Amino acid sequence: MRIRVTKSLSLASEQEEVVGSNDLDEQALVAALKAGDRAACAVMVKRFSPRIYRVALKLMGDPDEAEEVLQETFISACQHVRDFEGRSSLGTWLYRIATNAGLMRLRRRKLETVSIDDPVELEDGEVAPRQLIDWGWNPEKHALNEELRRVMDEAIAALPETLRATFILRDIEGLSTAETAETLGISESAAKVRLHRARMRLREYLTEYFAAHRASVAERGDHDDARP
Amino acid sequence: MMTHVHSHEDCRQLLGMLSDYIDGELEARLCEEIEAHLADCENCRIVIDTLRKTVLLYQMPDPPELPEDVELRLFKALDLEPYLRKEPLAEPDEDA
Repeated sequence: MRIRVTKSLSLASEQEEVVGSNDLDEQALVAALKAGDRAACAVMVKRFSPRIYRVALKLMGDPDEAEEVLQETFISACQHVRDFEGRSSLGTWLYRIATNAGLMRLRRRKLETVSIDDPVELEDGEVAPRQLIDWGWNPEKHALNEELRRVMDEAIAALPETLRATFILRDIEGLSTAETAETLGISESAAKVRLHRARMRLREYLTEYFAAHRASVAERGDHDDARP
Repeated sequence: MMTHVHSHEDCRQLLGMLSDYIDGELEARLCEEIEAHLADCENCRIVIDTLRKTVLLYQMPDPPELPEDVELRLFKALDLEPYLRKEPLAEPDEDA
C-alpha cells in the first residue's frame, strides 16, 4: 500500500527528519508541537538532541548525568511547549531548559568547585594572569589528541558552574552574547564578564599544561614539535 | 604619532577588555590603545595570544556526538520510538 504524503506536518516531518533533512520551517514545527503532533516532537528531538547532549555533557562532566539532563530537557519541552512564546528561537529555549536543569542538578549535588589552582583574582573579580609562558603550539595546525581533550575537559569541569555554562554556550555552542545572556537569564554585560573570567581561568589551566609539556620535552632532549 | 608609555597599570586595564578585543567587539579607539600597548608589552602579547588559542582550542570539533544508545533511550523515554526508524517512509503518491 502506498501512502500519500500530504502537507500534514506529521507525515512531512517523519518523511524529512527521520531520513535526515533539516528543512522543516521552525514556525511550522512550533505550531505542530503546540497542536500536540507527536511526529513534530520527534523532529524537534532529532534536530536538537545532539546539541543539547553536548551542552549537558560539558556542563555535567558525566555521561550518565548528561543523559538525564537530556531526557529531562525534552520531557519538559514536550510538556510545556505551549508556554513557548517564540521570543527566542526554539534552540535557545531548549538550551535554557537544559542549562537550568543542569545547573539545578549541580547545585543539588553541591559539587565542590575546585578552583583552577587559585588563579589570582583582583579586587574587582577580574582574573589576573599568573602564567606568562608562550605555549609554542598552534591550535590551527594540529588536531587535538586525547590527552589534550582530557585536560580541556578537566579545565572546564574545574570552572565555577555559572562561568562554565556561559563558556559552553558562547564559545563551544557558538551562541551570540545576547542569546547566551537570554539563555542564562542575565544581562549581556554580565554574560561578557562571565565569559571573560571563564576564558582567563581556562587559559591559566592550559598554560600550565603546555608549560609542563615543554619542560618534559626539554628534559628528554627531544625535538619539540610543539605538539603535546 | 602617539607615543606609548608602558606601565603595569596599563596591563591591568587591558585585562578586562581582552575578550571583547579578541571577539572584535571593542570600539576602534580602544583597539588602537590596546595595540599600542601590545607593541610594547611582551607579557600582554603572550596573554592575548594564549587567550585566543584557548578559545580556538575549545572551538575545534569535538568528535563525540549523541551516542545511538542514548538517542534510543531518549526516544523511549518520550514514547517516540516509532519515529526513530531510519528508513524513509513510503514513496509519495501524488495521484492517490
